[in-house]
Amino acid sequence: MITLHVNGQDHAVEGDPATPLLYVLRNDLRLNGAKFGCGLGQCGACTVVVDDEPIFSCQVPISVLAGRRVTTLEGLGTEKEPGPLQKAFIAAQAAQCGYCIPGMIMRAHALLKRNATPSDDDIRRWMQPNLCRCGTHPRILDAIRTAAGRVS
Amino acid sequence: MLGGAVVVSFAMAPRAFAQGQNKAAGSTTPAAAPVGDLKAFPYLDSWLGIDATGRVTVFSGKAELGQGIMTALMQCAAEQLAVEPATITMVMASTARTVNEGYTAGSDSMNASGNAILQAAAQLRAVLVGWAAADLSTDPSRLTVADGVVTAPGGRRRSYGDLVQGRSLHMKADGAADLIPPPQYKIMGRDYPRLDIPPKLTGAPVFVQDMRPEGMVHARVVRPPNYGATLTSLDLSGVAALPGVLKVVHQGDYLAVAAEGEYQAIIAMRALQQAARWQVSKTLPDRTDIYASLKAMPATSQVIAHRGSGGTQPGSRVLQAAYRRPYVMHGAIGPSCAVALFEAGHTTVWTHSQGVYPLRAAIADMLSVPEDAVDCIQVQGSGCYGHNGADDAAADAALIAQSLPGRPVRVQWMREDEHGWEPYGSPMVAEVQASLGRDGMIDGWNYELWSMTFMTRPAKSANNLMPAWYIPARFGPPEGAEIPLPSGGGDRNAVPSYTLANEQVTYHYVKPMPLRVSALRSLGGYFNVFAIESFMDELAKAAHADPVAFRLKHLTDPRAKAVVELAAQKFGWDAAQRLPSGHGRGFAYVRYETIKAYCALAVEVSVDAATGQIRLRRAVAAVDSGNAVNPTGIKTQIQGCIVQAASWTLYESVDYSETEITSRDWSSYPILRFDAVPESVEVHVINRPASPSSAPERRAWGRRPRRSPMRWRMPQGCACATCRSRPQR
Ligand code: FES
Ligand code: FES
Repeated sequence: MITLHVNGQDHAVEGDPATPLLYVLRNDLRLNGAKFGCGLGQCGACTVVVDDEPIFSCQVPISVLAGRRVTTLEGLGTEKEPGPLQKAFIAAQAAQCGYCIPGMIMRAHALLKRNATPSDDDIRRWMQPNLCRCGTHPRILDAIRTAAGRVS
Repeated sequence: MLGGAVVVSFAMAPRAFAQGQNKAAGSTTPAAAPVGDLKAFPYLDSWLGIDATGRVTVFSGKAELGQGIMTALMQCAAEQLAVEPATITMVMASTARTVNEGYTAGSDSMNASGNAILQAAAQLRAVLVGWAAADLSTDPSRLTVADGVVTAPGGRRRSYGDLVQGRSLHMKADGAADLIPPPQYKIMGRDYPRLDIPPKLTGAPVFVQDMRPEGMVHARVVRPPNYGATLTSLDLSGVAALPGVLKVVHQGDYLAVAAEGEYQAIIAMRALQQAARWQVSKTLPDRTDIYASLKAMPATSQVIAHRGSGGTQPGSRVLQAAYRRPYVMHGAIGPSCAVALFEAGHTTVWTHSQGVYPLRAAIADMLSVPEDAVDCIQVQGSGCYGHNGADDAAADAALIAQSLPGRPVRVQWMREDEHGWEPYGSPMVAEVQASLGRDGMIDGWNYELWSMTFMTRPAKSANNLMPAWYIPARFGPPEGAEIPLPSGGGDRNAVPSYTLANEQVTYHYVKPMPLRVSALRSLGGYFNVFAIESFMDELAKAAHADPVAFRLKHLTDPRAKAVVELAAQKFGWDAAQRLPSGHGRGFAYVRYETIKAYCALAVEVSVDAATGQIRLRRAVAAVDSGNAVNPTGIKTQIQGCIVQAASWTLYESVDYSETEITSRDWSSYPILRFDAVPESVEVHVINRPASPSSAPERRAWGRRPRRSPMRWRMPQGCACATCRSRPQR
C-alpha cells in the first residue's frame, strides 16, 4: 500500500506499485483532469505537478511518489470557483475539444510558480512538450500571458 | 403524447398532429416550407421539450466535437424561444433520444440542425403565445414574451411551464413561423461563452474517456501487425492467469482482453501480444514513389467541370505545375475510446462517433442483430477532424461487451492503435496547366486530380468497422464511396472558386485503398486549395501582377471580393511592402465546397537559411459564413484550422514499410509544437445576418469552413515532408 498526497489530501492506494500515477488518479481517485494521450511521455495530456515539477503522470509509477505533493487540475479550482489559470483559459475560450487543456493548464501552473512573469519565449519553450491537435495554441498562449499578468 | 403536467416528448416518427394548434398561434405568414433537418423530422417535439418548471430541452442529432455546436444551437433556441440560456438543457446525438441527422460533418450542422431548431423554436414560441392568448382571453398580438413568460397588457402572465400543462408539443412544423429578426438578437450573433469549456477545464467527466459506470471493466485490443495478417498460433494460458484478467476474447483473428483494472488490462494486452503469432504478408505499396503508384492504380476518370472551350488556349502563354500530398492522419490527442453494455439482449454503446445512427446500423450488422437491439449515444471525445478510430472503438466495445453481459466495458485504444489503425487522408496528386492571355487574365485552365475516396464511414454494413474484418464473419474491407459535388470527396474544391472563361477539371477517382483511408477534415479541399492557390501565385508572378489584385480580377461575387479585400487590408498587404530577408508572404482564397463560407487568408512565412525549415509567422484570415451565430466560435475554428493546416503542410506524412505502418507514435509522426506556433493568427468575421425576408435556404449558415487555404513558398532542398513530396519544378 502506498500513500499518495493529492491536492492536499492523503489517499491510501492498493495495487501494483509499478502502476503509472495516471491510472491511479483516474480510476482509483476518480480525478478526470489528467488524460491519457499517448502513455509514452510524448504529448503532455497527462501532465500533473509533483512538488513543483510538471511530470507526465503516464510515466511515473506510484512507487516513487510516497511523501510527495501531487497537484492535479482539480487542485486548482472548481467549476464554481475556478483558479486564476482556469479563469484565464475560460476567458480566452482556450479550448476546442479541450482534451489537451488540463495538461496545458498544469504545465503552465508549474511555470507560473517558478516564473511569475515569463516572456513569450519562456512560455513557448516551457510548453513545448504538450501537444494540441485542434490548433488552440494561440489561445493557450493568450491565456497563459493573461494569467501571468494577474500573478505578477 | 399528452404527458399530463410534464410534456417532454420526443417524436421519432410522423404521428397525427393538431394543425389547429398552429392556427391558434396566429401565424399569418404565407405558407412556407420547413428548412434544414426540420424537413425530414417535422415534429416540434423532436427538437424541443418544455417541462412544468419551464425548463427547456433542445434535442439535436448533431454531435459536439469541440467545434462549439452545442453552444451555437443553444443560442438559436434561446433566442427564438425567448428564454434564458441557463434554462436550456442540450441533448445531442443519441439513437435513444434525438432524430437521425446523419453524420456531424461537412460544416453542415448549423445549416441542417441550426435551421431546424431556429424554426422549431420560433414556431413553438408562437404556439405558446397562442395558448397564452386563449388562457388569458386576449389577442395574441397584445402579448409580449420574455424569459419564458408571456405577459398581457396589465401584467397578467403565463409562464411556459404553466402553458404546457396538459398540452402536447407534438405538432408539425409549418415553416411559416416568424423568426426573431437579427436586429433584435439578444443571444444569437453574440460571443456567448462555450457551455462545455468550464466543466472541461475543471475536471468534470465530460469525455467518453472519463465514463466510469458502476461495475465497469477495462479492455484493450490486440491488433494484427498489419491489415492482412492472420493468426497462426496463440497460447492463452499465461494471459488468462494474470491478475485482474476477466476475459480473453479470441474470435477468428480478433483478440482482446478485459480486466478489472486499467493497468492490469494494459499488462494483459502486452502479454497477449507476446502470446500471438501472425502470418504477415507484404501488402503495402512502395513508399518511395507513392505518387507514381497512385497514378498507376485503377481509377474512374470523370470531367467534373467544363466551361467554354476548356483547357489552355492556343497562342497564349502556358504555365504548368504538379502538386502532391502524402497520407496524413487525424491524430487525435486522446486515442479512441468507447464504453458498451450488453444487457438483456440489448447493446448500448457510448461513443465519440460523428454519426450515431449510421454506427448503430453497422454495429447491428456486425452483431447480426436488429438495429433496435443497439443504441449509440454520443459522448464527447478528443477532437477527431473526421472519421478516425471512434467508430471502430465503438465496435470493439460492442464486441467485447457481448462476452461480459451486465458489465460496462470500456475500450481505450493505445497510442499505437490510433496512429496505426485510423483511416488516413488519401494521398493526392494534382497536375495543372493554365494559359495567360495578353490582358494578363487566365484564359484557360486544365486541372487533373488523382485521389482515393474520402468516404468509408460506417453506413449500413459492418465492412466499415475495422474490428469486423477480423471476427469469424470476416466482413471485408469496405468499398469507398464517392461524394457528389458540390460537396465532393477528393474533388472537393477541385473546381476553382474563380470565374474563368475556359476551364476543365478532371477527377481520377482511384479505387484501391492499400492503406485505410476516409474522411479527413475538409476532405480534398485542403489539397485542392493548396494546389490551386499555389498555382494562382505562380500565375500572378508570370503576369507581373500583385497576387491579391490578380485574384480580384478573377472574382465576380461581391462576397468573395469582400473577404479578399478585408484579409489583404488587415494583413497590410502592399505590393511594395518589404519583408525581412528570408521572409515571404502568400495569399489564398476559397469558397468552401463552392457554395458555403467564403474565406481569404494572407500569411507571412520565414525560411531558416541553414535548415530550410519553414515557419508560419503570421496569418490573417477573413471569413464570411453568413449569419454568424457565435463569432468567437467561428474565429476559434478558423484559427485552429490554420494551425492544423500549417502542421499538415510543414510536418506530416504517414510512413510505412512494405508490411506495416511505421508512424506509430508522436516521434515517428511529428506534428506542430509550440515553437512553431505563429506569432499571431487573426480572424476577421464578416457577419451577414440574413434579412427576415430572404428565402429560407438563404438563412443557411456554414458555421465554419473546416479548412482554410494555405500557401507556402518552398525553398529548394527543404527536407520537410511536404517538400519531399513536391515535384521538381
Ligand atoms: S499521456 Fe502522458 S505524455 Fe502523453
Ligand atoms: S483543444 Fe483539442 S487537442 Fe487541444
